[in-house]
Amino acid sequence: MGSNFISGLRPALVMTLLFGILTCGAYPLAVMGIGKLAFARQAEGSLITDTKGVVIGSSLIGQSFTSDGYFNSRPSAAGKGYDGTASSGSNLGPTSKALADRIAGDIKTRRAQGVTGPIPADLVTASGSGLDPDLSPAAALVQVPRIARARHVPEDSLRTLVEQHSQHPLLGFIGEDRVNVLELNRQLDILAGTLNGH
Amino acid sequence: MTIQGWLLIAVFTGLVIAITKPFGLGLYAVMEGRRTWLHPVLGPVERAFYALSGIDPDKEQSWIRFGIHMLLFNVAGLFLTYAILRLQYYLPLNPLGFAGLAPHLAWNTAVSFTTNTNWQSYSGESTMSQFSQMVGLTIHNFISAATGIALAFAFIRGFARRETAVLGNFWADVTRVTLYLLLPVCLVYAVILLAAGVPQTFNGSVVATTLEGAKQTLVLGPVASQEAIKMVGTNGGGIYNGNSAHPYENPSALINLLQMVSIFSFGAGLTWAFGKAVGNTKQGWAIFSAMLALFLVGTAVAYSAESAGNPIHHALGVPGGNMEGKEVRFGIAASSLFAVVTTDASCGAVNAMHDSFTAIGGMIPLFNIQLGEIIFGGVGSGLYGMLLFVILGVFVAGLMVGRTPEYVGKKIDGREVKLAVLAIAVLPLIILGFTGLAAISKDGLAGLANQGPHGFSEMLYAFTSAVGNNGSAFAGLTASTPFYDGLLGVAMWLGRFFVIVPMLAIAGSLGAKRIVPESAGSFPTTGPLWVALLIGVILILGGLTFLPSLALGPIAEHIAMIHGQQF
Repeated sequence: MGSNFISGLRPALVMTLLFGILTCGAYPLAVMGIGKLAFARQAEGSLITDTKGVVIGSSLIGQSFTSDGYFNSRPSAAGKGYDGTASSGSNLGPTSKALADRIAGDIKTRRAQGVTGPIPADLVTASGSGLDPDLSPAAALVQVPRIARARHVPEDSLRTLVEQHSQHPLLGFIGEDRVNVLELNRQLDILAGTLNGH
Repeated sequence: MTIQGWLLIAVFTGLVIAITKPFGLGLYAVMEGRRTWLHPVLGPVERAFYALSGIDPDKEQSWIRFGIHMLLFNVAGLFLTYAILRLQYYLPLNPLGFAGLAPHLAWNTAVSFTTNTNWQSYSGESTMSQFSQMVGLTIHNFISAATGIALAFAFIRGFARRETAVLGNFWADVTRVTLYLLLPVCLVYAVILLAAGVPQTFNGSVVATTLEGAKQTLVLGPVASQEAIKMVGTNGGGIYNGNSAHPYENPSALINLLQMVSIFSFGAGLTWAFGKAVGNTKQGWAIFSAMLALFLVGTAVAYSAESAGNPIHHALGVPGGNMEGKEVRFGIAASSLFAVVTTDASCGAVNAMHDSFTAIGGMIPLFNIQLGEIIFGGVGSGLYGMLLFVILGVFVAGLMVGRTPEYVGKKIDGREVKLAVLAIAVLPLIILGFTGLAAISKDGLAGLANQGPHGFSEMLYAFTSAVGNNGSAFAGLTASTPFYDGLLGVAMWLGRFFVIVPMLAIAGSLGAKRIVPESAGSFPTTGPLWVALLIGVILILGGLTFLPSLALGPIAEHIAMIHGQQF
């Protein structure tokens, strides 16, 4: 027993050190080097900048849209909503009264905005990360009348916009129908600017 | 449920079947110490590792020495990580200036990563420096995975060899597994992730000005390299609190499919390597079939429960499946499938919040872990956990026909059966004991996010996940308290090493036996009859123990849910 223990001490310490150098030094640095050379944009977070070079977000990360003039994003449990430093779901269970109350409140808001018929589920549920960049096309389309009023643009052109920017499952089954909300709203700004003569 | 959803499940299953033999071949070659095509490059590194640590890789070890050296290696890593987490404020690569972790949180996290659990009591983006993530945590993603595979090798050698006192050299096994399997696979994998949008940078964060004019801080870091080993090593601890639901960890549905396949890759490959080692690949495929059947049943139940949705929310005017805690890009099918895969294996990564699943949808992940994560399982631990059930299975079959049980040419005697029962009984004992303790203590109840039966499920899930070294959670539970951090840390340690010690003892005693030739009286362990018997033993011995606890948690909640009762 004693010899088994003593004979293992040196390799335990040296191997820990060597594993550290290899798996925590060489390996991530190699990946970082490849990133710098071949995938610089992705390695730095797929950032989007405006014409002046100011970072306005990431094409992968959702942001909060709550005003009438934008397609609203899903409810978010990340911090106070779409907090990039606090990704999280609501973690409320299926029989949670707090969850049912929150959903009922959001439905009431949507009804007041003129949404009729069944509510698309993703519009009133919080995502797993709290940073979901997408909406289902259905959840975007029910918001069209409200945005058309706020922006003074025809509903048809907004519907076309949603359809143009919707993405579909790869090969028909990998993924879901979805539309990136930040991208959609950037296009909305451009469309409204053109139509309203700015 | 949709045709597309079932198609995804079918294609996923096909991919797992397709990669089993290739991964098995790689594992078998490394287990046997054969030359691989990577040897010209990495051979000198391997020899340097042995020279510096003073090891003769050809000097094989008894099960006791193998076990003690394995423990020493893991304890050394435990101390290193504890020290890094406590001292991170004084260490480099801390761009956001985080303070050192509290002792209970550092203990919990160090144990969590050492035991391949990766339970995240901390919130990655707001407590961990890049150095802590890159060194303190990532090192265990490799060490614990390599340890698991090395242990599986020792167990396989116990079955495959005859009249031997030695089961291989632990140091040679972990070194070869890391150099020739884990690192090359992760390097390719990390680059694929990077190309798809997973960040890999030393920049700590970027502040964006959103279209609505608010400020949004995007936390970056060396994500891609950790993400790859997180899945392949069935570790599951992510850079971010949101884990694989976070778009920076799992940016698209295609990457999500790759992540799910990668969780099963080495676990599935080990079944093939086992069959090859004992001289009949059908033995490996039989174990694979039992695993696949349990996986498919779990997936069907979870997917249908999540698709059916929640009657309470239907009544409010939201029809369809349950989308709370799920990402739009994955939807219901890929989220349900991921939840089953990550708990069949001992991965614990999540792409949707299990806490917000429907009662039955959330029960399946819980039940999968309670079975011992033997459905492909953690790298290494899945195979040796399954082989413990195999020993009980042939014992039961032996009782029925009145013969001494045999398996792959080895007689299974009372000693092996007793040790297997000991290893399997550790799980329910700790899970149910500690859950009971939490349920009657003020500190235990203080952490709950949900009331009613769901609150009980949160505690049960936490201890199940800890003992099973899974690491997924009903994450509403506030576990970063001294009570939960301490107790869960103990649960993780016992759940890992109190299975390993009896398992190694069985390997030692099997290795010393001679091989008995198969006779007309041997119970065949390759056909459908055997697969069915094995599944039966798993469900009765592994599952039935937990039925009362499931009745108090998810089953009670399901009945409440269909009656519209809220808590």
